[in-house]
Amino acid sequence: MSPSLYSIPGSTAGAARAMSATDSSAEALVETEAAQAAAHTVSEVLAQSQAGGVIDELDRDLIGLAPIKARIRDVAALLVIDKLRMNLGLSAAAPSLHMSFTGNPGTGKTTVALRMAQILFRLGYVRKGHLVAVTRDDLVGQYIGHTAPKTKEVLKRAMGGVLFIDEAYYLYRPENERDYGQEAIEILLQVMENQRDDLVVILAGYKDRMEAFFRSNPGMSSRIAHHLDFPDYAPADLLRIAEKLLERQNYRFAAEARTAFEEYLAHRIRQPHFANARSVRNALDRARLRQASRLFADPERVFTADELTTLEADDIRASRVFRAAAVAAEI
Amino acid sequence: MMTNPVGKITQGQFSFLPELTDAEISLQVEYGLRHGYAWSVEYTDDPHPRNTYWEMFGMPMFDLRDAAGVLLELHNCRKSFPRHYIRLVAFDSTRGVESIVMSFIVQRPASEPGFGLIRREGPGRSVRYTVHGYGSDRPEGERSGG
Repeated sequence: MSPSLYSIPGSTAGAARAMSATDSSAEALVETEAAQAAAHTVSEVLAQSQAGGVIDELDRDLIGLAPIKARIRDVAALLVIDKLRMNLGLSAAAPSLHMSFTGNPGTGKTTVALRMAQILFRLGYVRKGHLVAVTRDDLVGQYIGHTAPKTKEVLKRAMGGVLFIDEAYYLYRPENERDYGQEAIEILLQVMENQRDDLVVILAGYKDRMEAFFRSNPGMSSRIAHHLDFPDYAPADLLRIAEKLLERQNYRFAAEARTAFEEYLAHRIRQPHFANARSVRNALDRARLRQASRLFADPERVFTADELTTLEADDIRASRVFRAAAVAAEI
Repeated sequence: MMTNPVGKITQGQFSFLPELTDAEISLQVEYGLRHGYAWSVEYTDDPHPRNTYWEMFGMPMFDLRDAAGVLLELHNCRKSFPRHYIRLVAFDSTRGVESIVMSFIVQRPASEPGFGLIRREGPGRSVRYTVHGYGSDRPEGERSGG
């Protein structure tokens, strides 16, 4: 067929404008961009993006983790300054924000990843700000030709947000040379490199095993700009975490219960399989069970709100951690 | 062909407009995603009006949040089938709707052979009409843009 016999009115630049004008959100987008063009100070950008609020929240809600917070603040600062530079026409390539989170169990890797998605969204680095959390099972297939579509589907779902790969070292299994994990890693690398502004990949796992993983996949390590190491919590931090968790569930420690829990933590930290904040949460859940059965034993009494919300020292001291510690002391 | 002034096959949405750019395509995809549609990429080299079901390029994409995923798949499809027709199709899974709600062509071959009207004489001077693609006599894969 011949090329068009007549031209459509406004068929060049106007068409795009007409099309986006029918799209109300696209119009809103143009408006916010225009507003951001006016921003010339850091506080103006922060006010527009509300990123300051997220950073404050992070400071308030997450206990400890000083190095992590410092790094997140650095990233946020870079993105804000980049926006200011952009407003003055100084272009810069979008920074690579792929990250690896290493640390012992229960040190807050998943929680921080979730926050990261929100922060990056409010700073305008990712477009949608959702978090897709996956493990090896979601990426690696069972048979030949199964892995690539599976990995690609997950990547497509994560576009515009953050892809969080928990226990990422499982992707690479050196003991099995026919393992399909390598295929998933290659697809992941390709997308991490080529579509840097479409998604942010966060790998998480225990420190030693992640280091082994990066040693055997140097390409992966070099494509990740931020290696964040999550420190273990200090006992004082764990106690504050416990109080925060209780507060969120409308419980509180009695005065003696607080000291009992402090002692509990001192014992528990020395025992195997200590998982930081996760162990604290489990201990509190068990204390709630004991509190419930203590109250349950008194079927005729009318409880006050105070009694229903208070964890007593006995609820904590009944834990087998104390018994094990006593046994150890005897030996 | 005087019956078709834009000189190209007009099926689906936007087909009387100039070709959509990738930015415009992603705006349309975003619109669909906001309404909860599942996008899929389909291709064919036989765009007969009655050829309702084009070949699927991969699975329909459910649970997407951003147009970049659809565009990624579209680029893959363009790479695999540079001379085919490609369209994007949005499926609305709302109970009671459960059908295709958006569809538009995003790639065409450089030259589109178009269709001819075939008249077959029936008994008693009656005439049966059918539409026949000029390209569709050639085998699959050689039909358009040759």
